[in-house]
Amino acid sequence: MLSQDATLIFQIAGIGIIVALIHTILKQMGKEEFAQFATLVGFIIVLVIVINGLSDIFEQIKSVFLFQG
Amino acid sequence: MDILQIVFLGILTAILYLVIKDLHPTIAYILVIVAGMIILLSILEQISSVFELIHYVSNEANIEHVYVETILKVIGIAYIVEIGASMTRDAGLSSLATKIELAGKIFIIILAIPIIRSLIETILAFLPQS
Repeated sequence: MLSQDATLIFQIAGIGIIVALIHTILKQMGKEEFAQFATLVGFIIVLVIVINGLSDIFEQIKSVFLFQG
Repeated sequence: MDILQIVFLGILTAILYLVIKDLHPTIAYILVIVAGMIILLSILEQISSVFELIHYVSNEANIEHVYVETILKVIGIAYIVEIGASMTRDAGLSSLATKIELAGKIFIIILAIPIIRSLIETILAFLPQS
């Protein structure tokens, strides 16, 4: 399970590096708006991953701590 | 989960954070959040087995169920508040983190109100009526 979660970390790191790369290339080409847009899209993708995980962990904490039968 | 796996996950995250920090600070911050999340998720399964032990002991000792449950709820609130506060503190917003902690303390006191009330009633019952 944890090895599968480690892929999540590599995924996010990869997205970060690739987005930074795209940002730099688009900026070099002189397309500032597209560079900003690419950064925004990458950020939204990562944010979706994080929010899924966060809701998961809060649900689990709730089921472990707060709703004891 | 194996302790070694968790430690290596932390080290790996630190290295990746150092790589990405200059390229994209926001995604680096999210990376740290995800690592903390994964570690907590793997710990929570163990915590639930510890809680089974606590329930067993309290059953054997005939402690009233309400008290144990209140303590567990307090611990849960403390964990949630700690997660949120440390996240905001990592983002550099320590004032917001302090406010989250304040909210957690207030909710804990609200949970403890029935216990405090029953404690005071017990003490008052012991006092001689004069």
